[in-house]
Amino acid sequence: MSDNASLRTPSQRIAWTTTLVVSTLVFIFLIAPILAIMPLSFSSSSYLTYPLPGLSLRWYDDFINSPRWMNSLKNSVIIGVASTVLSMVLGTLAALGLAQWKSRFKPLVLAFVLSPVVVPGVITAVGLYFFFAPIGLTGSYLGLILAHTALATPFVVITVGATLQSFDTNLARAAASLGASPLQAFRRVILPLILPGLASGALFAFATSFDEVVIVLFMAGPEQRTLPREMFSGIRENISPTITAAAVILTTVSVILLATMEALRRRNERLKRGG
Amino acid sequence: MTASATSADASTEVRLKRRLRRAERAHQVKALALVAPLLVFLLFTFAGPIAGMLWRAVDDREVRQVLPQTIAALAEWDGKELPDEKAYAALASDVQAARASGTIAIAAKRLNYALNGFRTILTSTSRNLKTAPEPGTAKETLSKINPAWRERATWTTIKDAGGPITGFYLLAALDLTRNVDGAIVAAPPDQAIYRSLFARTFVISLSVTALCLILGFPVAYLLATLPPGRSNLLMIFVLLPFWTSLLVRTCAWIVLLQSKGVVNDSLHWLGIIDEPLRLIYNRFGVCVAMTHVLLPFMILPLYSSMKAISPAYMRAAASLGAPPLTAFLRIYLPQTLPGVSAGSLLVFILALGYYITPTLVGGAADQMISYFIALYTTETANWGLASALGAVLLLATILLALVYGKLVQGQQVTGGMKN
Repeated sequence: MSDNASLRTPSQRIAWTTTLVVSTLVFIFLIAPILAIMPLSFSSSSYLTYPLPGLSLRWYDDFINSPRWMNSLKNSVIIGVASTVLSMVLGTLAALGLAQWKSRFKPLVLAFVLSPVVVPGVITAVGLYFFFAPIGLTGSYLGLILAHTALATPFVVITVGATLQSFDTNLARAAASLGASPLQAFRRVILPLILPGLASGALFAFATSFDEVVIVLFMAGPEQRTLPREMFSGIRENISPTITAAAVILTTVSVILLATMEALRRRNERLKRGG
Repeated sequence: MTASATSADASTEVRLKRRLRRAERAHQVKALALVAPLLVFLLFTFAGPIAGMLWRAVDDREVRQVLPQTIAALAEWDGKELPDEKAYAALASDVQAARASGTIAIAAKRLNYALNGFRTILTSTSRNLKTAPEPGTAKETLSKINPAWRERATWTTIKDAGGPITGFYLLAALDLTRNVDGAIVAAPPDQAIYRSLFARTFVISLSVTALCLILGFPVAYLLATLPPGRSNLLMIFVLLPFWTSLLVRTCAWIVLLQSKGVVNDSLHWLGIIDEPLRLIYNRFGVCVAMTHVLLPFMILPLYSSMKAISPAYMRAAASLGAPPLTAFLRIYLPQTLPGVSAGSLLVFILALGYYITPTLVGGAADQMISYFIALYTTETANWGLASALGAVLLLATILLALVYGKLVQGQQVTGGMKN
């Protein structure tokens, strides 16, 4: 290893080897549980043990043919997409405004906008439960979409804001000086440049909603139960292999989101190096 | 000639400055208008609900609504002796009215929180008070139905619960209560469970934070030291769990750690154990699963602080004759401290409010504060206490978040947060 060239003394080599060994163990700790659960979903037996007695797709079949699971998947997608769209609109506007706004209250406003991320889920959920029940927003799609939007928007503000920081405002001025209206300048100059930031914001927002369960626990009626919510009750009752199939489906979605995120990041880095 | 030209220049300058200022102000208003929709939205979906929850922690109007005449009659009472006949008559009248409207249970529930057994006192009174007592005999009649009406504590409880606001729930959340003379004292042992609950929540959060730091530090160091190509590849090991659903990860740990799970099976197969170990539904399971969930939140800030440390410092230390361990402890480690404190605080804050993982993998003795807030909200409907516990948790979170904000000030706040 080239890094080891600088490690001259035996004690340095021991330290480096220890780092490698500990890190490897931690990597195994991080990834093994996620990998271990996957093959179980292809087991032909209903016991969640290794070695697998045989392979079968029966648990996926079970998932697809269960109205309960399919309905929860559908709900997760509906609520996820709707809150992503809403948080993109609100978050992008706010990020654009915050980038231009100069005031000593700005840190305070920013802290307020980001606070839904730090406040414990149970507190937000209890507050919303009391607040939304009298106006008929518990047990409704709208209530959940609004709540998930509140949780997801901070991520949009952070990611879009970070993109705007590296954005050269002279480009917008140049567009204006060439006669573009503010809207035209935004659509044809600013938007294409900050699009990767918007895309990562959207991914974060969708992932936040798709994974959220505490608020759903408090606010969803039987009609609005999402995939994590079904998994929660499934784990509480008795873990069946159908849950492992659901876990694989959820993980696949995460991998797709992560891969898209990585691709966006690499593209961005390439552009930065090229520029 | 020259003088007038100068004054014309000056007035143009003033006018230009004024226009510039106006344009700048318009610009700022436009910027604020862009932020406004989100602020309004968050007021409705976040700040409002939380303010409502905090209000519920001190709101106390149930007894006042059910027993209005009694509360009015007790307003003048100094609480030193039993209240006068007027209060008894008011109570008798209130109880009969509440019985007719079916609201007696609301007051009974609230009063029972403050004084165990009050539910029985009120329902027995309501059941046995068939007709309004003759004028002047209310005290005698009520005391005959239930001797508790001859005790001062019964009446101070009603007066204390008379609202409209109360410190009762907040005091209860800290294992405190008011005695019959109104002084704040320790709650009776059978009700004093919340301080130990907060202590338990803190201990679990601290253990998880310490575990994350011990496990995360070498990993962050490795990722920051390796060449970018390789560290990017290894970063997947941190980011994949980070993006994987919390439910999937919790479920995976149950599958791995249960008595017939993968870990116990392997240990048995290797001949290390004969009987399956109890690895889940206890403190061990909670700490393992929570550490797994929160470890990426430690590694990412550590990584970014270590990435910013120039290797030149270590080389300089070595060239000045520092042994590697000394150089590490005195040059490298101090520079990682901002990352260590930011990561630790972040993990600790997130751990404090955790609900799903401890609920699913913890035993009865491992439930954290969030579990009780949820329990009191949905199961027992003791909303005042749920809100008071929530208020204490929120206060702790805000204080820690302020410290965190001070720490990361200037550092880039990256998307390293996902609940």
